[in-house]
Amino acid sequence: MIVGLFNYWIVIVLMMAGLYIVMSSGHLVKKIIGLNVFQTSVFIFFISMGAVDGGTAPILKDGFTVFSNPLPHVLILTAIVVGVATTALGLAISVRVFEAYGTVEEDEILAIDRDNREREISVSTVVTESSQNERDQ
Amino acid sequence: MSQIPSQLVEQLPAIQLLLTLLAAPICSMFRNGDLSWRIATVASWASVACAFALLHQVWGGGSISYEMGGWPPPWGIEVVIDELTAIVLLLVTLFGALVMTALRESLSSIMRHQRQSLYYTTFLLCMASLIGITITGDAFNVFVFLEISSLATYTLIARGRDRRALTAAFRYLIMGTIGATFILIAIGFMYMLTGTLNMADLSERLPEHYDNKVLHASFAFFTIGIALKVAMFPLHYWLPNAYTYSPKATTAFLAATATKVSLYVMIRFIFDVYGVEFAFGQMQLGTLLVPLSIAGILVASLTAVFQDDAKRLLAWSSVAQLGYMALGIALLNANGLTSAVTHMFNHAMMKAGLFLALATMIYRTQSSSLASLSGIGRTMPWTTGAFAILGIGLIGVPFTAGFISKWYLVSGALDKDWLPVAVLLIISSLMAIAYIGKMLDVMYFKPAPSEFAEIKEGPKSMLIPCWIFALLTLYFGIDTRLTAGLAGRVASNLLGAS
Repeated sequence: MIVGLFNYWIVIVLMMAGLYIVMSSGHLVKKIIGLNVFQTSVFIFFISMGAVDGGTAPILKDGFTVFSNPLPHVLILTAIVVGVATTALGLAISVRVFEAYGTVEEDEILAIDRDNREREISVSTVVTESSQNERDQ
Repeated sequence: MSQIPSQLVEQLPAIQLLLTLLAAPICSMFRNGDLSWRIATVASWASVACAFALLHQVWGGGSISYEMGGWPPPWGIEVVIDELTAIVLLLVTLFGALVMTALRESLSSIMRHQRQSLYYTTFLLCMASLIGITITGDAFNVFVFLEISSLATYTLIARGRDRRALTAAFRYLIMGTIGATFILIAIGFMYMLTGTLNMADLSERLPEHYDNKVLHASFAFFTIGIALKVAMFPLHYWLPNAYTYSPKATTAFLAATATKVSLYVMIRFIFDVYGVEFAFGQMQLGTLLVPLSIAGILVASLTAVFQDDAKRLLAWSSVAQLGYMALGIALLNANGLTSAVTHMFNHAMMKAGLFLALATMIYRTQSSSLASLSGIGRTMPWTTGAFAILGIGLIGVPFTAGFISKWYLVSGALDKDWLPVAVLLIISSLMAIAYIGKMLDVMYFKPAPSEFAEIKEGPKSMLIPCWIFALLTLYFGIDTRLTAGLAGRVASNLLGAS
């Protein structure tokens, strides 16, 4: 049970670990690492699904009789490319976030945004009050 | 001579995808933003023509199967076009092309000239991949195109001028990737059971596994994954910020297409791949979807009423409207499904128009807060006029498109004898009156702030698409052959397949 399904247990462990990192970490780059772990677990899942014990790559030649299913492996090549693109874009956005905010910690970014909003509101109320004063005069 | 057109017609499904997909890299090669805008606009309007031609071919209940690369299904990748596909294709291409037409003027103020061609490239890629999701008959293809469209969307959002656009895009990237990976897991489970990825083949082979736990897990992963992509309440967390901070005209495109195409994928998989009986009978999707969509409609409408930023208000209204569509699916009767498909089209049209009209106003005022839009009805009467028509359509006043879809939805609820649901729907319409009315009140009856007293009407290239949206809203409120007529046939098809 445990040995025979070893790959699938690893998939579950990695998937949960990856998802947990995404949810619990406030650091944007760590979030992307978590996302990567999570995606990798799915890649392993697909690859294990296509593998046959003792199977080789599907080569049409004498002596090769047991083949692994190549289709899931090919699918995962595509998925890996997608994953790399996502990671690259995520990191690029993190760099831009760092340039704009000076931090990549989610809590600090939220705090900066909140401060800004409060300042905007206080400015706008001051403006409306002053314009009302002008009208009164 | 007659040979060539008939061959061309046969290749239409591939041409539909290739037009925008090939135009994208061509656009990226030019440094001249105007030139690539011309190419992009021509490509997107050509793909509208293509979508019309395909709709014409399947009109009345036909379907086209096209073998990509000449490999017969289920081995090769099949492209399947039926009426539901055709209407979604028309939605994506037509509304995308209209937004594309207005995009140049909208971008000119926020982006350097040389950078614009890359933006058009991303936009075209997004459009091409949404077309790809719609026409493909292969489950894994759906995942790949979904990811391409998502990556393009993150980039489009991140280009917003406010720095909060970056965090919004990042948040969407995390949520979107989790959603897409969940869908990938679901497809993996299905492949494990059946050994096929072709959707038609899957639907034939899955019934024998209905009691298998693997299929149950697959369905659970798929539902959560696609619900994240559709931004179905309570998984809508990424949507309001993404819509609020993305560049002006882009929001119009995203609001019209991205979530609608995901909803289309949801309908396709639930009804055609998994099967109605399995989804709603065995897995009890209805007991989950009905309360959540009603809660979504009410909560999001109520939140919209209290927003003081026009874009954020419309974004929350989008969450509510997606609830209407989900409820239409969950009702699981002819009227409900008709309303879901009709509203998919109508809401895409109205929301794209509203965001575009708003983008035209923001083009002049540089701010989307309601305070800065006050009195704009006097300085920009034409833009505000279009906005008012579209807003009234969104409320669902008779003789506008919004009325048609709500009418079917309420009839669907009454068909089931769900009187409380019908009452809640009418209450939510009252909330829509409150939030649309709040905006119109500010725009028409509040005095304009002094710094905006002299602003001019929006540029023609943005104004004309706005009015096309507004006039279409009125047109589809009266002539419903294309929307509700087609949706009715689609609904009976989907339900009859079970």
